[in-house]
Amino acid sequence: MDSLNKLNKYFIRYKSKLLWGVLFILISNSFQVYIPLLLKDSIDTLQQDLSYSKILQYSLMIVGAALISGVFRFLIRQTIIVVSREIEFDMRQDFWSHIQRLSLRFFQNNSTGNIMAHATNDISAVRMYVGPAVMYSIDTVSKFIIVIAIMISLSPMLTLYSLLPLPILSYLVYKLSKKIHEKFMIIQEKFSDLTTKTQESFSGIRVIKSYVRELNEIDSFTNISKDYLDKNMDKVKIQALFMPILYLITGLSSIIVVWIGGGMVINNQLTIGEITAFVAYLGLLIWPVIAFGWVLNIIQQASASMKRLLKFWDENVEINDSEQTRYTINSIKGNIEFRNVSFKYGENHTEVLRNLNLKINSGETVAIIGKTGVGKTTLINLISRLYDSTKGEVLIDGNNIKEIPLKVLRRNIGLVPQETFLFSETLHNNILYGKPNGNESDVIKASTISKLDKDVESFPLGYQTILGERGITLSGGQKQRASLARAIAIDPKILILDDSFSAVDTNTEEEILKNLKEFMKDRTSIIISHRISTVKDADKIIVLDNGEITEQGTHDELVALNGIYADIHFKQLLEEELKELN
Amino acid sequence: MSKEKDDEILGKAYDSQLMKRLLGFVKPYKKYVVLAIVLNIVVAALGPLRPYLTKIAIDDYIVKSDFDGLILVAALLFGSLIFQAVIQYFLTFYTQLMGQKIIFDLRVKLFSHVERLALKFFDKTPIGRVVTRVTNDIESLNELFSSGIVMVFSDIFIIIWILIFMFFMSWDLSLVSLSVLPILIYGTFLFRRKVRESYRDVRKHLARLNSYMQEHVSGMNIVQIFTREEDELKKFHSINGDHKKANIDSIFYYAVFYPAVELVSSVAIGLIIWYGGGEVIQGTMTIGILFAFIQYTEMFFRPIRDLSEKYNIMQTAMASSERIFKLMDDETFVHNPENPKELRDVKGKIEFKNVWFAYNPDEYVLRDVSFTINPGESIAIVGATGAGKTSMINILTRFYDIQKGNILIDDVDIKEIDKRDLRKYISIVLQDVFLFSGTVKSNINLDNPEISLERIIEAAKTVGAHKFIDKLPNKYDEKVMEKGSTLSVGQRQLISFARALAYDPQILILDEATSSVDTETEIIIQEAIQKLLKGRTSIVIAHRLSTIQNADKIIVMHKGEIREMGSHQELLSKKGIYYKLYQLQYKDQEVTKTA
Repeated sequence: MDSLNKLNKYFIRYKSKLLWGVLFILISNSFQVYIPLLLKDSIDTLQQDLSYSKILQYSLMIVGAALISGVFRFLIRQTIIVVSREIEFDMRQDFWSHIQRLSLRFFQNNSTGNIMAHATNDISAVRMYVGPAVMYSIDTVSKFIIVIAIMISLSPMLTLYSLLPLPILSYLVYKLSKKIHEKFMIIQEKFSDLTTKTQESFSGIRVIKSYVRELNEIDSFTNISKDYLDKNMDKVKIQALFMPILYLITGLSSIIVVWIGGGMVINNQLTIGEITAFVAYLGLLIWPVIAFGWVLNIIQQASASMKRLLKFWDENVEINDSEQTRYTINSIKGNIEFRNVSFKYGENHTEVLRNLNLKINSGETVAIIGKTGVGKTTLINLISRLYDSTKGEVLIDGNNIKEIPLKVLRRNIGLVPQETFLFSETLHNNILYGKPNGNESDVIKASTISKLDKDVESFPLGYQTILGERGITLSGGQKQRASLARAIAIDPKILILDDSFSAVDTNTEEEILKNLKEFMKDRTSIIISHRISTVKDADKIIVLDNGEITEQGTHDELVALNGIYADIHFKQLLEEELKELN
Repeated sequence: MSKEKDDEILGKAYDSQLMKRLLGFVKPYKKYVVLAIVLNIVVAALGPLRPYLTKIAIDDYIVKSDFDGLILVAALLFGSLIFQAVIQYFLTFYTQLMGQKIIFDLRVKLFSHVERLALKFFDKTPIGRVVTRVTNDIESLNELFSSGIVMVFSDIFIIIWILIFMFFMSWDLSLVSLSVLPILIYGTFLFRRKVRESYRDVRKHLARLNSYMQEHVSGMNIVQIFTREEDELKKFHSINGDHKKANIDSIFYYAVFYPAVELVSSVAIGLIIWYGGGEVIQGTMTIGILFAFIQYTEMFFRPIRDLSEKYNIMQTAMASSERIFKLMDDETFVHNPENPKELRDVKGKIEFKNVWFAYNPDEYVLRDVSFTINPGESIAIVGATGAGKTSMINILTRFYDIQKGNILIDDVDIKEIDKRDLRKYISIVLQDVFLFSGTVKSNINLDNPEISLERIIEAAKTVGAHKFIDKLPNKYDEKVMEKGSTLSVGQRQLISFARALAYDPQILILDEATSSVDTETEIIIQEAIQKLLKGRTSIVIAHRLSTIQNADKIIVMHKGEIREMGSHQELLSKKGIYYKLYQLQYKDQEVTKTA
């Protein structure tokens, strides 16, 4: 339960509204508990006074009390439950603001689904505690105290007897809902087995069909479904107890009132009106008694959810400005230097980059080539500080990269990542993603350089075309060019292209490279590629193998060297020849 | 892509044709339905009976000071309570059981249907969507069967019984107290509609919130690279705020509704006291009747509320069943011959005669392909990506049907052979090895009881997989996780070799994997392949130098056509396409081999 203490700061934020809510509960309950007393008076009147005017008066008072109680009950929800939504909002906001500052490492270690589950389910579970659980707890306790006080004043003995079954109900509701929750978790598990089986069977359909195992698959699916059915029935066996127990125990209380109370009436210790009041009071107590068991469960679940959320909250913001940061640095020229840089993704991982030394001068174009998994992407991620190096240092304009304010650094780097990611927004907004105050001419300029402009002309809505699920799907090449335009639009000092032309045909690529040459005149560019055609005109080509630089020089120098680069070059020529062949 | 949209659309709450098909699945459980209805009628009477008994207790015994009579009524009350509780329990149990069984039938039927569909179906349909049909969509029908259909009767019977008791005791007081009923019914259905609308609003905003988070968690590196954290937080604030607002709007309806219901029942009580009280004073009514009526006002509400909820259940069920039946009606099958020819003692001769094949009409990926493979021969197919190699093996086992030409096995056209027979004789080892979650053993014999553990071990030994399997903590019973993620690439390949060998096919098709493995594993795999191919007709899409060197014949595919055919040395000396391919794909292996 300790974890829920962390919520206090939110409660304090809304304390006045919450206090009003508590006050409304008390007012509403006071009027509600008055109604059975009015019933008692009217029934007693019918037995003694036989007064028409009194009866009319009582019936009007019953409606009046119900009206006032109802108005305040309305206000309770409008305060306490509304506050729970406010707190939910605040929590989610805080959660998101924290998540955004976490480094790439966090997102690689936690699946999107996992993060989503916390942001939705866990926060919802905590809200159930903040709202309904708090409301019903206060409601229950206050109603109990008032109702029992009144009942005792009417007849202490009958109170004792008639309330006797109710604690059992509370206890059983608590136990049953706990059991049901447990069974529910098992069912969830079985359901996920069922999903996995379905998923696997359809994904592996080729193997299944090859080995003619369809019937076997159907059998085994049938078994899992049967198991799922059984587990569901396990839950039903317990869940089906719920309503009967509810009837049984509340009904028992009423019977006790009629039986023992009736006896007391016969002995002139009690009036029929008082019996009526007792039955009505029992009716008022039933819901709070049920709610009590239910609330206990909500609190337990909320506490578990809060614990999970706190784990996220405690996650360190790894890459950030620090005391090292020199805020006087507000621009970048684009000289990059790696000094003895080593990097590994975690303690137990092998080194992806080893003792790497590299100097790139402002205005140069450097190409990196090498097999997959040799550390090309890692190398450029260090320049944007998506990761920090494990050993050695990265310098920009002679300053350690950690001294440059993170914002200044990233605003000056145009990175086109290997996996193109565009948001489901207009093309316009996507291109100006890094320059939100830009205008139409910025969009057109960037698109012209990246050769996206001609494609956009064919879209009916032009740059206002929405991408993604709600809009159109771009081809792989169009996506890459949009991603490039986005990087160009921020007018970066350093442009980094991580295999950004893989889906672009070679002719278009050549044109883009030509446009870039002009654009990149006084900027630094780093181009990662598998294609010789992309890298051959770079000022310097670096061959990366196994985390180390094995070859570097110009295209002609490397071809003459007759090493890895020359081999890639030769094979790509062959591939071209084969493709041409008819 | 538009899957979410697909699943979000909620149409009408009733469609007679869908309902008819759904009821078809209820038919086997007619007995349950009858039982449930009978129990419902009984149980519905027991609740309303008690206020009536209480009336008797008050009027006949308490007022007349008859203590023994009072005890008798109390005992009756208690008895009816127990009886009701027991019946209620079984009622719930059996209706749920029926629902679960129907769901089970539907699910197995749908799964079996999909399992039989042709590969073409799986090519054009995202797996995720099919999985949703089998799992979630079917699940959402549960409520319809377990609490929808049967419980409607229950609610109606309760209302009827209450009315019977009330009118039996006093028809004029019934009319007076029921005068609030139209307000209650109207209010409840109005509330349901409002809540439904506002719930739709909440869901819309929740979906927006979720898709925003989903998208931005996936693209967080872009957010950070372009330093958009502050702007995104503002945007999140507005989406999160809309969600909050939608929720707070929906609180309003609940905040009005529940107090309003209490108010309405208090008005009814007020009316009962006023009108009934007047009659009591006149001596035309008893206190007990007043007492019973007050209790009935509270009983009325639950069945009315329940009935109002049925609309949602129906609507969801209709939408789900429409999607389910659409899938069930998909007829993308590869048809079996009506009178299949039986194949006995397959020798393994394969013949392609002028075969033309296209996945999409007129986009031929194989053009006029002809060749013959004699029993026991090993053929290697080579070619650049997109040359049509994979298509050749897809059509041989009739995963797809060809458009023109014939494919013959032992001189019988494969279209005349039972698909199951055909595939029994031909095993395919695919490039990306697919492992199922289960055990190592179940991944080799694919749960076929005819393949014993001895044969599994033998197969594993032959391909060289036994060594590493034996080192696993549970050996052949070692758990294999989803997609075999705990095993290395090489180990997974060896398991798939063992699988093929255990099935001992006459014809083997092997699509060699290109993924690189360490030298030691490479040697094991090369040896395994040779053992696998020995003594049977085989077609290999070759990526290994050793494989092509050992092949009896090499077929060179280029742009859907056979361009060259012959042995390794013959083809090399031609200096044609093969020569280029050799330098591109295989020559390096020579270097690494000698190194």
